[in-house]
Amino acid sequence: MKISVNVNGCTRESDVEARTLLVNYLRDELGLTGTKIGCDTSQCGACTVHMDGKALKSCTCLAVQADGCDVTTIEGLAQNGDLHPMQQSFWDNHGLQCGFCTPGMIMATTALLTDNPNPDEDEIRHGLEGNLCRCTGYHNIVKAVAAVAQAGGD
Amino acid sequence: MWPAEFDYARPSSVAEALQLLADNEDAKLLAGGHSLLPAMKLRLNEAPLLIDISRIEGLGSISNNGSLTIGALCTHADIAASADVQASCNALATATGMVGDQQVRNWGTLGGNVAHADPASDPPTVLVAFNANINIEGASGSRSVAASDFFMDLFTVDLEPGEIITSIEIPAHAHDGSAYVKMPHPASRYAVVGICVVLQRDGGRCSGAHVAVGGATVRAMRSPGAEAALRGSALDDAALDAAAAALKEDIANDLIGDMSFPEAYRQEMAGVYLKRAVRAAGG
Ligand SMILES: Cc1cc2nc3c(=O)[nH]c(=O)nc-3n(C[C@H](O)[C@H](O)[C@H](O)COP(=O)(O)OP(=O)(O)OC[C@H]3O[C@@H](n4cnc5c(N)ncnc54)[C@H](O)[C@@H]3O)c2cc1C
Ligand code: FES
Ligand code: FES
Repeated sequence: MKISVNVNGCTRESDVEARTLLVNYLRDELGLTGTKIGCDTSQCGACTVHMDGKALKSCTCLAVQADGCDVTTIEGLAQNGDLHPMQQSFWDNHGLQCGFCTPGMIMATTALLTDNPNPDEDEIRHGLEGNLCRCTGYHNIVKAVAAVAQAGGD
Repeated sequence: MWPAEFDYARPSSVAEALQLLADNEDAKLLAGGHSLLPAMKLRLNEAPLLIDISRIEGLGSISNNGSLTIGALCTHADIAASADVQASCNALATATGMVGDQQVRNWGTLGGNVAHADPASDPPTVLVAFNANINIEGASGSRSVAASDFFMDLFTVDLEPGEIITSIEIPAHAHDGSAYVKMPHPASRYAVVGICVVLQRDGGRCSGAHVAVGGATVRAMRSPGAEAALRGSALDDAALDAAAAALKEDIANDLIGDMSFPEAYRQEMAGVYLKRAVRAAGG
């Protein structure tokens, strides 16, 4: 099936099988391997991207469902070589160890701040229920998100 | 993991979707995809054709003209954030706000949730407590089914192949407080037990109560025993004990269980969460 998806600001036209998952389309067809596959069962959030501005687990969506939509992946956050404030904050607050969950964490938390620019710690933790991290114990991830919220930018 | 092969269609009206269903035996509707796609990836489900209804206009709005009407395509996040829902059926705003996680709430729809009828779902319990109606369109016209009849058994509802849920309607119900409380599964966040209570008060007394339970049972269901125990009481500890005992008896033949949360445990927790729900509803 022919689809046209606006990915990170560029229109991409492809011909995909209907059963292609959005995450496979992004990684294998477009080569955007920043989006990770952790569980492939809708649990871990490593595959989180934004579709039409809302956080989505891209392993739980077909590429054909994204036809005509705007998709943002982790590759689309940095502007002109400057890290997005959330990426910078994960760096500054040591919000990662192995880094495998990080793209999904950053996509989930940027969406969280769009919905709620001033979350308290409980709200940050609630907003991260769909993202699992095997390394950090979450503490520094929560700190990184709080720091961006305090600085007033996402 | 890839699902088995299927064809894909994206109708732009309910009529077109009904025609596709009529012309294609075993075709399935796709709304948010957050129950269907995980099952298809695990090859627990398959279909020769998926009919993506997510872009049909007019099924995604919430309106309140006396009764609250929620389009089948409204997402959990839409419903949790709706001022209309918060005002007339706050327990539903709470329940949809507790579904899964941010990502699931953004894409999972109420229509898909009730059609799927996972016993561990949250919204059905509230819909049963509030006497909601499920509005359905089919080749032979439209019909409306009371939520308490619609949910029949595990993953089994009163919906024929070829029918589409278009909206869920919650009739106006004067009440003084409602609450949904849930014991979430620690890993999946689905309900191990979910209780919805709707209370009417007359001074210090409870003049009416609706109690529904889900998670612990094969389907979302009312507890007439618990409602009778609360009605006319001062909602004191003795009344709550009696209501919890009656609830446990009412659900005794409909319990579900698994290795982590056996039937007896869920039955006991239903009583505990009933008391919490009454208190959360202001009782
Ligand atoms: C990680 C995860 C956690 C979750 N946690 C919870 C939770 O805690 N509580 C909870 O309640 N739910 C939970 N869910 C389920 C979630 O609520 C689903 O989104 C919802 O049950 C299905 O809605 P959908 O729009 O995604 O439906 P789909 O997956 O698109 O469809 C589900 C079924 O309904 C049918 N269908 C869809 N729309 C209609 C319609 N309008 N008319 C007739 N049939 C239709 C489809 O054919 C399919 O059989 C979770 C899901 C995931 C992936
Ligand atoms: S890979 Fe999508 S949620 Fe884990
Ligand atoms: S940093 Fe390793 S999984 Fe989160």
